[in-house]
Amino acid sequence: MIALIDYKAGNLTSVKKALAAIGAEVVVPETPAELRGAAGVIVPGVGHFAATRALDSSWVDVIRGLVDDGRPLLGICLGMQWLFEGSSEEPNVPGLGLLSGQCYRLGQERLRPHRAEDMELRGEVSASVRGGGGAPPPVIKVPHVGWNSLDRRRDSVIAAGVADGAQVYFTHSYVAPITADTVASTEHGEPFAAIVERGHVSGAQFHPEKSGDVGLQILRNFLRTVQERTT
Amino acid sequence: MLSKRIIACLDVRDGQVVKGINFEGLRSAGDPAELARRYNVEGIDELVILDITATLERRRALADTIRAVARELFIPLAVGGGIRTEADGAAAVEAGADKVSLNTAALSNPGLITSLANRYGSQAVIVAIDAKRAPDHSDGRPHFAVYSRSGTSAAARDAVDWAREAESRGAGEILLTSIDRDGTKVGFDCAMTAAVSRAVSIPVIASGGAGGLDHFVDVFTAGAADAALAASIFHFAETSVHSLKLHLKQHGIPVRL
Repeated sequence: MIALIDYKAGNLTSVKKALAAIGAEVVVPETPAELRGAAGVIVPGVGHFAATRALDSSWVDVIRGLVDDGRPLLGICLGMQWLFEGSSEEPNVPGLGLLSGQCYRLGQERLRPHRAEDMELRGEVSASVRGGGGAPPPVIKVPHVGWNSLDRRRDSVIAAGVADGAQVYFTHSYVAPITADTVASTEHGEPFAAIVERGHVSGAQFHPEKSGDVGLQILRNFLRTVQERTT
Repeated sequence: MLSKRIIACLDVRDGQVVKGINFEGLRSAGDPAELARRYNVEGIDELVILDITATLERRRALADTIRAVARELFIPLAVGGGIRTEADGAAAVEAGADKVSLNTAALSNPGLITSLANRYGSQAVIVAIDAKRAPDHSDGRPHFAVYSRSGTSAAARDAVDWAREAESRGAGEILLTSIDRDGTKVGFDCAMTAAVSRAVSIPVIASGGAGGLDHFVDVFTAGAADAALAASIFHFAETSVHSLKLHLKQHGIPVRL
């Protein structure tokens, strides 16, 4: 039985439907006590890091206990960021800290204009160049929304069978850093962690439940690790 | 690199896909779930179900349509048309929509954008803007006049200004439809799309006027669109999604193949 953690950050319907489609049995525990018997845990979520505040110490203690017991944990999108130490989106709310590093906003570290007009105003690209038929200046929009490719960095259980260059669906503004735990990265102005794995703890910055066959493959990989452990 | 998205729109009335020209003259194009399956196989990146059912009692069929599509397709699904209240939006999300698209209700009650964004996240809220060319503003800026109620009622807003406001109120994407081009197959309104796309940081989906493969090339280059939406050219199998994407790739536009 896989427990899907509902901390009111977005809607669980899509994740539930995708898990049902691959034959997973899913429960949404109302209390930390109900979570204790789970064979695997998925922390989904979209939106602001502050929403993870709802996962207070009573939840964290049970989730840590399950992980210590070797049960697989998968974080999706905001749920993956929560596996890290924290996020500059809400510095006062710590993450679970199972993975090292801090999450940060895309493009935060560099001058990254959103708008061609702004670039002109700052004199970075002259109007004559833009009007002269040359290549348009690269425009990196944040949030990062849409299908982007996975650059595989190493073998992993969670991404088994996922080809280098496979595309998946993202929607987010904050990202996790690339570390030794990064299985695949994606580039949007800069590279960031798209799939992470450390032992039986894994995460996807994108939405496997909305990423077609590639996404379902990742959910199947997770389900298999849960089943292998329980049989 | 982030791919440019190709989105198929299913205009649904009484449970059937229909499509008109200049927002009028509807003809039937089939069962929504069946079309959705076909598009998914062909590689569509996203689906929009636009409910154009006139009456409230018939609208209950919408949730069944959403459920039928969402049960087997695992790509983003947006639902729009007649979403007036937070409860309408919640009903669509609970049936399986990942995003709700607000149009008339966002104009008359912009707070709805914020309340839905707070409840489900900005990524779940699309503000749909229907606009057409109007005489330039007095300062010489081009004027794209916004209309509500399926293009019948002038909203006294400019599309660029309204898109900026929608973003600031929590919209996660803008779906920009040219009323002038809708169903005409003469190409997207690239100037209007570029004006809006460059004014906001959120993605802009261009709609209205797709008739040939090069129209999509134009809207992703000159139009600075992040995604393009079309209905009739896909429904009547004039263009397959796959051949469109191959064409875009040949023109150096990143797509998911």
